[in-house]
Amino acid sequence: MATEAGVQPAPVATGARRRRNSTASAIGYVFVSLYALLALAFGVLPALYAVILAFTTGDGAFAGFDNFGKVIADFRFGPAVVHVALYLLVWLIALTVFVVVLSLVVHAIRVRWLSTAFRFVFYLPGALAGASSVLLWLFVLDPTASPVSGILHALGFSSFVQVISPANLPVIFAIIAFWTGAGGWIVIMYGALNNISNDVMEAARIDGANALQIALRIQLPMLRKWISYMAVMSLAAGTQLFVEPQLLSQASNAVVPNSYSLNQLAYQYAFQQNDFNGAAAISILLLVVALALSAVFVTRGGLFEKD
Amino acid sequence: MYCLRANAQSSRKSTRNEDQVVRPAPFLQRRISRIAAASLAAAALAVGLTACGGSSSSGGKAYGFDETKQVKNSTITVWVDATRAPAAKAFETANPGVKIKVVTYDGAANGSNSFKTKMQLFDRAGSGWPDVVWSTQDNDPAWASQKTNGKQAFAAVLNQGLVPAKTLAGFAKGANDPCTVSGKLYCLRNDLAQNVLYYNKTLLDKFGYTVPTTWEQYQALGEKVAAQHPGYIIGTAGDPWTPEIYMWASKCQANDITGPKTVTVKTDTTECKRAASMLDTLIADKSVPNVSVFTPEFIKEYSGKVLMMPGPSWYAGAIFANKDSLNVPAGQLGVAAPLAWQGEGAVTGDVGGGTWFVSSHSKNLSAAAKFVEFVTTSTAYQVDLAPGYPAYAPAAAKWVAKLEASKYYATSLQPMVTAASQIWSGWGSGVFSQEAVWAKTITPAVSSGKKIVDLLPQWQQAIKNEAQVDGYTVK
Repeated sequence: MATEAGVQPAPVATGARRRRNSTASAIGYVFVSLYALLALAFGVLPALYAVILAFTTGDGAFAGFDNFGKVIADFRFGPAVVHVALYLLVWLIALTVFVVVLSLVVHAIRVRWLSTAFRFVFYLPGALAGASSVLLWLFVLDPTASPVSGILHALGFSSFVQVISPANLPVIFAIIAFWTGAGGWIVIMYGALNNISNDVMEAARIDGANALQIALRIQLPMLRKWISYMAVMSLAAGTQLFVEPQLLSQASNAVVPNSYSLNQLAYQYAFQQNDFNGAAAISILLLVVALALSAVFVTRGGLFEKD
Repeated sequence: MYCLRANAQSSRKSTRNEDQVVRPAPFLQRRISRIAAASLAAAALAVGLTACGGSSSSGGKAYGFDETKQVKNSTITVWVDATRAPAAKAFETANPGVKIKVVTYDGAANGSNSFKTKMQLFDRAGSGWPDVVWSTQDNDPAWASQKTNGKQAFAAVLNQGLVPAKTLAGFAKGANDPCTVSGKLYCLRNDLAQNVLYYNKTLLDKFGYTVPTTWEQYQALGEKVAAQHPGYIIGTAGDPWTPEIYMWASKCQANDITGPKTVTVKTDTTECKRAASMLDTLIADKSVPNVSVFTPEFIKEYSGKVLMMPGPSWYAGAIFANKDSLNVPAGQLGVAAPLAWQGEGAVTGDVGGGTWFVSSHSKNLSAAAKFVEFVTTSTAYQVDLAPGYPAYAPAAAKWVAKLEASKYYATSLQPMVTAASQIWSGWGSGVFSQEAVWAKTITPAVSSGKKIVDLLPQWQQAIKNEAQVDGYTVK
């Protein structure tokens, strides 16, 4: 709700006419302070605490890299890395391609109410919280209960266990994540597209560019920052894959292992093995990898370049 | 556990909202949000820790563990699942003088592990433990009996004076084995889940088959049914407790817990192989499908087509007599003794059976002990209300008599009583879940057409891995 309203104004052109006003900047600090406080309490401090835990033993003695060695040598670690990597690969590619294409299409629709309706429909599944959307998918994916059982049968699945076989899981999780998350991004991309100056589009049309050429030559390059922004945020969320496999694991009576993703493994360390230090080590590894990958997107996407 | 899951949820959600509201977010903010997002587990920790504190003053040591200072007539907190809520009610009615506070939780069912998770958090906080806890799992005594990170074991020792020896003697033979670690009793068994052989007498008579007494006859019958009456089944093999029905009854040494932290795993024995190849044959024949009894698929495909099914005592109420499941009409269901392998005495497995724990941190041990004694032994709960086969023998006798009087069963229930004392003791209850190991290594592989016999080495390795992660020495 806040998002729709928040996206409409121009996202890039704030720097042009800035009025220095002491009241305004004071209000700015007030707004930021609450966020900064919460980020400190629930983001930075826990992360620092995790760093401390990761390098200490259960009794608080310095452990060096022992915790990291231990979790990496764990028989569940390798498969979990592969699972998350496959999921990210499938999901990020699908997300980027489909979100960009769909938002271009929606943006190209001239009928106003139709375009609004599409954006609303795309956004709707995102209103369902993560866990409840997984529950919904549990039914969709069960050939005996699914409203689309015909499709599942046509694909050769006759039982739930066949649908959730290990090879299918990255795709299944990607579909669930796409279904719940893509709508919000389409709305954001739509806002970004609106922001492309009419003069540029007009000039392109006068030069004889068709819709496809405009999309490829004008809109896509101007969306580059937004796409890499989406990739960074989605990457951060995606490496933390937890709710989907956790629920699927319980719903399938553990046919999907409860250590499918890295975050689940961290959870198992903390609460099954009572080893918070091992759990912290996994979290730190995740953080390092996510930061490194984000750095790639940020530099390649020119996210911090000034226009 | 829900606490963390909720955090995971909100953390993700909040990242997403930030994307959308804080548009071209300043560099620093975005970095902070990313760090915030990547350390959700740590966030839960920190919250847990800030609430830390408290110390325990030592009371007595009369019952074999360090008691906390006792407060007479203090309220006891009791954790039960929804199904066991009537037990707490019955206790309140019978003991109006004891103040209890009932908290409903998921009973640690379906591998949620919430009992252990929460107690570990209370251990870290140093306070907050409930006085009595119900668990649907058999493997909780394995951790609850042990010190963790220097903290006193959660479970109170019950057989050193807290519960009268006379009461304990009344439990069925072996009933409290899963609760016993190194000779000390850490919980009381609520119900038994011994496997018996259910059969549909009406169908069996109609087809002209006789009830098998050995697994060899069982397999032969399955092959016959597949040929003569395709679509009918004589069991299922798609549940996580499949090994506890077939492998346990075959004395397969997959889960021989020999000490608090030692286990012997050998799945290449004849005992394991014979059960595995029997299942392979029957799964291929489709007379024992690889499907879970708790799926819509099972009810849709096999209602009215279950000729026979080996399974735990609670199958009766949960599947056969349940109108939301198979809904077998009265007068059809028969109960036969567990099957034996040719030339051996019959033994059987056990699928769960709940347990009651008293907290060693309780400030009112006598009330807590009174509670667990009441719910496990009293007629008012175990006979009148409890859905499962009572672990306490005198209650079980009355429970069976009550069921027989209901005329639902086509046969006597005596085989169920006999089976209660036939549970093979070579299959233990460790911290790790055998069911979860089977579910992830065997079930998907079988559904893709592999043979269980060929999967036995992988199964062994998977059990070993799981045991080692939980600190077991594996032989």
